[in-house]
Amino acid sequence: MKDTFLSNGKGYYGDFGGAFIPEMLRENVESLRKVYFNIIESDAFKKEFHDLLVNYAGRPSPLFLAKRLSEKYGAKIYLKREDLNHTGSHKINNTLGQILLARHMGKRRIIAETGAGQHGVATATVCALMNMECVVYMGETDIERQEPNVRRMEMLGAKVVPALSGNKTLKDATNEALRDWICNPEDTFYIIGSVVGPHPYPDLVARLQSVISEELLWQMKKAEGTEDPDYIVACVGGGSNAAGSFYHYLDRKNVKLIGVEASGKGVDTGLTAATIAVGEPGIIHGSMTMLMQTDDGQITEPYSISAGLDYPGIGPLHAWLAGSGRAQYMNATDQEALHAAYELTRLEGIIPALESAHALAVLGKLELKKEDVVVVNVSGRGDKDMQAYINARSLFNVNLEGRR
Amino acid sequence: MNRITELFNSGKKDILSVYFTAGYPSLNDTFRTITELEKRGVDMIEIGIPFSDPIADGPVIQKSGSKALLNGMTLSLLFEQLREIREYSQVPLVLMGYINPIVRMGIDTFLEHASRTGIDGVIIPDLPPEEYIEKHQAKFQKAGIFNNFLITPQTPDTRLRQIDEWSEGFLYMVSSAATTGSRESFDEKQLDYFKRVSDMKLKTPRLIGFGVSNHTTFEQACKYADGAIIGSAFIDAVSENGSLAQKVSGFLEAIR
Repeated sequence: MKDTFLSNGKGYYGDFGGAFIPEMLRENVESLRKVYFNIIESDAFKKEFHDLLVNYAGRPSPLFLAKRLSEKYGAKIYLKREDLNHTGSHKINNTLGQILLARHMGKRRIIAETGAGQHGVATATVCALMNMECVVYMGETDIERQEPNVRRMEMLGAKVVPALSGNKTLKDATNEALRDWICNPEDTFYIIGSVVGPHPYPDLVARLQSVISEELLWQMKKAEGTEDPDYIVACVGGGSNAAGSFYHYLDRKNVKLIGVEASGKGVDTGLTAATIAVGEPGIIHGSMTMLMQTDDGQITEPYSISAGLDYPGIGPLHAWLAGSGRAQYMNATDQEALHAAYELTRLEGIIPALESAHALAVLGKLELKKEDVVVVNVSGRGDKDMQAYINARSLFNVNLEGRR
Repeated sequence: MNRITELFNSGKKDILSVYFTAGYPSLNDTFRTITELEKRGVDMIEIGIPFSDPIADGPVIQKSGSKALLNGMTLSLLFEQLREIREYSQVPLVLMGYINPIVRMGIDTFLEHASRTGIDGVIIPDLPPEEYIEKHQAKFQKAGIFNNFLITPQTPDTRLRQIDEWSEGFLYMVSSAATTGSRESFDEKQLDYFKRVSDMKLKTPRLIGFGVSNHTTFEQACKYADGAIIGSAFIDAVSENGSLAQKVSGFLEAIR
């Protein structure tokens, strides 16, 4: 029933997707493509994956009615608490699934890219769990701004390798991970952290993250008597938490799907990561999608305060949802995200990740009616972002004085 | 006739193809690098279109590409720089680059420019043969431009035969599981792979690339294939101080 918005056999979502990879990666990607669907749809995989999601990651994640936030925005706002998962974000859903797949395929060495470090930590975690070698590529800029996560990965036994090209962020880390895979085709499995990359990754990661909306169906039914909220809001860098939150609602057109990109200093400032807003069709990391690029087809360096959203592309599923009008893509600036993070913290006692704060930041921009039911996916928690929040404190002194 | 076909039909042995990055070391070196290489007996020249995110390239070619982009190199500028190249040079010319700048320019416009410039072929690592055959082959054929495919040690025999069947120009034999870059010699495993492919008696001529950097590796490559491609080692050579002519001739003396 969801077929209209899922990829076809060649990994295309409308005009987007595909597998634009050099021959050096062909066997790796092809061997994954041949087996992934049958493995993740098998009963044995499902059972083991489910068991780990429940007993290791701590699922289901709660659906929390945020009363004070609801009052503020004049609608019924629920928070999907992916921040409460083990390792602190939705990323663990995907890495647990992919490491089981890697084990099925007999691979012993895991590589990953990471921006904010959440995917890196989630990968290092499952590698420790499964006793596999782990190498995480991370842009040097991100290593500096997300240091706590670097230490966590190292404590978990992963080797963190700095990516030194470009702006030294997520895009460059992904380039380095792909180069590693080219050089180590035999024993290595690449755990991609988002719904990006060549087919079958966008589909694979979306399926593994779809547990978020699978839970939403029954949690909504229990809370509201209907499976369908009016809105689902999620932040989008590559777009994995959004893909997971949207997945089971793609064909329910009464549910408005809102993706929120990071506009950095502002969409028109040149310092932005809002791909749908400023991008053109292009190819990045093996996939045809919307892409921030110059007239000459060079990929533009993105900017966002949030390392997890600092990416010049977007998953092909989202390019297609935007192109077909099924989902709407809004954006939020650094300032708006910081403000939203402080707001959630003070209203509900939840410190969100900077990434998730972007989703919260558009609540005031939606034209909400009192009876509207809104689900915001809080994709991760803010521990890793404390330095950015502390630095920004002075900005909000006036309206965020301590409450009594 | 396409100059690539002419070259391989000429019976010439130990073909040397040299790769360089357009707009490197200086923006306007492109034209002269070609004429200098041809003058000194290079059989084919691959002109690299610099790209911001070259995932199949090692550090040397990455750096040359970043520098070329900083110098102001673009794909449309490249065609301008090469506008009169066929009045001065008849060496087979192959454009090598990633798919995004080409798609951004538009395949039709790209082919129109390439054909007018006298380009003989392309190598586009991240455009898989299947995608090319299905969506672009007809246009390339009409423009008379060969798309040359890559094969690697991981390419299974059945696929290798299929790619051979699809090929018009030459096969770019990637020497090992690696990104581009120089190595001192080939190991046993690589030589086995060269021999295995050589024994398959493919219809398409083969050039070995990635890791060919000196006289030894060039000679080894030529033993198992029609010739070899040198990229990173040449980029290293032109990165040194000195005149372009000196650097080119110094480099070539060390290879052949």
